[in-house]
Amino acid sequence: MKKNILKINKSTRNNMVTIGLIVIAYAICQSMIVTGNMSNLLQNLLVSLCYYSIMAISLNLTVGILGHLSLGHAGFMCIGAFAGAFFSKSMVNTIDNTFIRFTLAILIGAAFAGLFGVIIGVAVLRLRGDYLAIVTLAFGEIIKNVLNVLYIGYDKRGIHISAEDAMSLNLDESGVVIVKGAQGISGTPRDATFTIGVILLIISYLIIVNLVNSRSGRAIMSIRDNHIAAESVGINITKYKILAFSISAALAGVAGVLYSHNISSVQSSKFGYNMSIMILVYVVLGGMGNLRGSIFAAILLTLLPEYLRFLRDYRMLIYAIVLIIMMLFNWAPACIEWRKKFSFKNLLGSVFRKTKKEV
Amino acid sequence: MEMLSVKNLGISFGGLHAVDSFSITVNKGELYGLIGPNGAGKTTVFNLLTGVYKPDMGQIILDGENITGRSAIEINKAGIARTFQNIRLFNNLSVLDNVKVGLHNDYKYSSIAGILRLPKYYKTEKAMNERAYEILEVFGLKEEANVLSANLPYGKQRKLEIARALATSPKLLLLDEPAAGMNPAETDELMETITLIRKKYDVTILLIEHDMKLVAGICEKIFVLNFGTELANGLPQDVLNNPEVIKAYLGE
Amino acid sequence: MSFITYLINGISLGSVYAMIALGYTMVYGIAKMLNFAHGDVIMVGGFIIFTLMSSLGLSPVLAVLIAIVLCTVLGVTIEGVAYKPLRKAPSLAVLITAIGVSYLLQNLALLIFGAGSKSFTSVIPVPAISLAGGRIPISGETLVTIPVCIIIMIALTIFIKKSKTGRAMVAVSEDKEAAVLMGVNVNKTIAITFAIGSALAAIASALMFSTYTNLSSTSGAMPGIKAFIAAVFGGIGSIPGAMIGGILLGIIEILSKAYISTQLGDAIVFLVLIIVLLVKPTGILGKKIQEKV
Repeated sequence: MKKNILKINKSTRNNMVTIGLIVIAYAICQSMIVTGNMSNLLQNLLVSLCYYSIMAISLNLTVGILGHLSLGHAGFMCIGAFAGAFFSKSMVNTIDNTFIRFTLAILIGAAFAGLFGVIIGVAVLRLRGDYLAIVTLAFGEIIKNVLNVLYIGYDKRGIHISAEDAMSLNLDESGVVIVKGAQGISGTPRDATFTIGVILLIISYLIIVNLVNSRSGRAIMSIRDNHIAAESVGINITKYKILAFSISAALAGVAGVLYSHNISSVQSSKFGYNMSIMILVYVVLGGMGNLRGSIFAAILLTLLPEYLRFLRDYRMLIYAIVLIIMMLFNWAPACIEWRKKFSFKNLLGSVFRKTKKEV
Repeated sequence: MEMLSVKNLGISFGGLHAVDSFSITVNKGELYGLIGPNGAGKTTVFNLLTGVYKPDMGQIILDGENITGRSAIEINKAGIARTFQNIRLFNNLSVLDNVKVGLHNDYKYSSIAGILRLPKYYKTEKAMNERAYEILEVFGLKEEANVLSANLPYGKQRKLEIARALATSPKLLLLDEPAAGMNPAETDELMETITLIRKKYDVTILLIEHDMKLVAGICEKIFVLNFGTELANGLPQDVLNNPEVIKAYLGE
Repeated sequence: MSFITYLINGISLGSVYAMIALGYTMVYGIAKMLNFAHGDVIMVGGFIIFTLMSSLGLSPVLAVLIAIVLCTVLGVTIEGVAYKPLRKAPSLAVLITAIGVSYLLQNLALLIFGAGSKSFTSVIPVPAISLAGGRIPISGETLVTIPVCIIIMIALTIFIKKSKTGRAMVAVSEDKEAAVLMGVNVNKTIAITFAIGSALAAIASALMFSTYTNLSSTSGAMPGIKAFIAAVFGGIGSIPGAMIGGILLGIIEILSKAYISTQLGDAIVFLVLIIVLLVKPTGILGKKIQEKV
């Protein structure tokens, strides 16, 4: 079984490299912060690099591993953000221990988001390709719009929900309004730190790679590669589609909790298709099924606009042009020929390397 | 002893009877050939037997169990596996992983066990690996275990598809034109492989083919389908010399 | 405002969505791609008309005509530069490129015109009328929008059925390789498809911004998404489907906003889409593509 052991080592080795890179990057950042070498700009971005990375790898599970295009991923992040923030804000006096409270917030955010992942997974079971994509987009928008008008508060009698305004919650004097319609939730304890973000990123990464390199992962990929053949060998398509959707959604929920505990206020309007599409761009640029690539792309494309700030008004324009050029460079046959001719191996090339396994 | 008993199976598409009153009895361990001109409905029969289509009429009994109308997944669990006319491999998975997907329902552990890498994961994966390598060895694919299945040469892809189907431990194996696109040498190799798996695995085989050398060479019985219904059924020497059969293939 | 008024407004908005949806569905059917930047071409069209009218003082008719020409050129250029090189690439790659083009258009507009929204002057000089003794007011814009859209859709259907180019388009949408063997110039056919779609977008923008006069760099995105939903709703790739999908969507949107909730109007539209697709997974007029086993 020597070959066997070598193979397991190869993918495990790959994963260790990725985790190693994350840890090294973390160590470098921390030392830069401690020695005062990191700009405020970058410091403020660190947690966002973590949650966008988690969003990217969780979306890669749906798009790259299961093979279904999802355009509503931000909706799951929104649910996680709100559920987690609601919990933290409500419990801020009851549970003093930040660690316990935040861990619970993470679990609750993941659970709620995962639940919606199941709902949406069931809804799209019979849909194919582009129809599935549009339904996920629709769900994302529905979640955003509904949370935008929702008021939720609680008092001694329990939780009250209203779709109109804070007054119609009819809370008594002990009542507290947590979710304030378009204003969302504010005053969430800022429990998210870079360290916690990196730990959650590593955990999320491990969850996904362990899933992929297991029986369930193979089942999910078989659905992607040939669902008719998968059925013919007895794979329960329904079960594994829903499994992939729910885990992907739950991890997006975790990212959401990081988000809402980073800037202490969260509004649902931020989680529309624009964000979903941004995450999709990270996944496609990094390579479908390539988790390390997703993390790189998320970090690169989150930092890029910030560092292009000197270009001020032109930065988003440059961003768009860079995106188009990157896509053409990577996939246009003429460019692929040119690249083969000159075969330059730089970091950009190896990150966006197209192997048979990707795309 | 009957493995497969099909009575009056039929299905129509938009008024056209693709398969009509199809009846066949395949005994345990038999190698039955299903032949007929193009468009006769042979693959449709396979699709009916494997639950891809639900029949409009008739019944299918597998090893005493009535499986008519069941889903593709249930039918596989009941004991039918198949290969496809156009090879359907899991292209982005390795050769080994393709077979392991076939072993999915025989080597189980929960997703949680996989994610948390509990002992059950390691134990079951090890057993699964051993079994998968055993199967690959039989098909001469052990060397290519870690090759991406899409990169295999055509003949080996066919073999892999059969290997994967066998991994589900079926009672009945349906092979849809396994020799399609093969040269004579590859066809001979295929015939050897089929003969080998009949000996090694206790499996009954129903085989669609156009290659008459293969059909005449290994099939014990032959069923001729034309326009969705039976044209001839019986021993190879009778069926292949039947003037009606010859007419159907060659025309008047 | 009575139910009839809402209904008519819904049909009006719906016919605009239908025109935009036609662009999506034709491009999808023929070039097999989701042109995410389509909605932003509408925004560009709106800005062209606005600029021509307000800065250069051109007449509405001339402004709209020039916008049609410019949008057509824009559509064909985008296709040639950004999409054509990726024709053999996986569809997700083209989708992302289209997203890049969409961002590009939005940010160019942002750069040129600033972030604030402009007030679009209606290009439709027809005055509002009042039916049933004042109980059913109909704006001039609506009066013009509905017939214009209907005429254009009929013209398009005839064009597709009768003209050589139209039939070439159908051929490419059904089987690209076979079409090439039949002597169809695929590149030209796809370019023409984009041209028609973009021209329709320009007309749609003239009509839409005349009614909903808020014009900013993001004004094309949501109508684009809704038109895309309409195209899927009706069955993507089907021209009558796009028309029906668009009009139904407009009606549902206006009625929901009027009778249920203004803020949740969009959410309700999306919900209806989901329910329809649950019942009929390929859309209202969508073809069930039987996967060959």
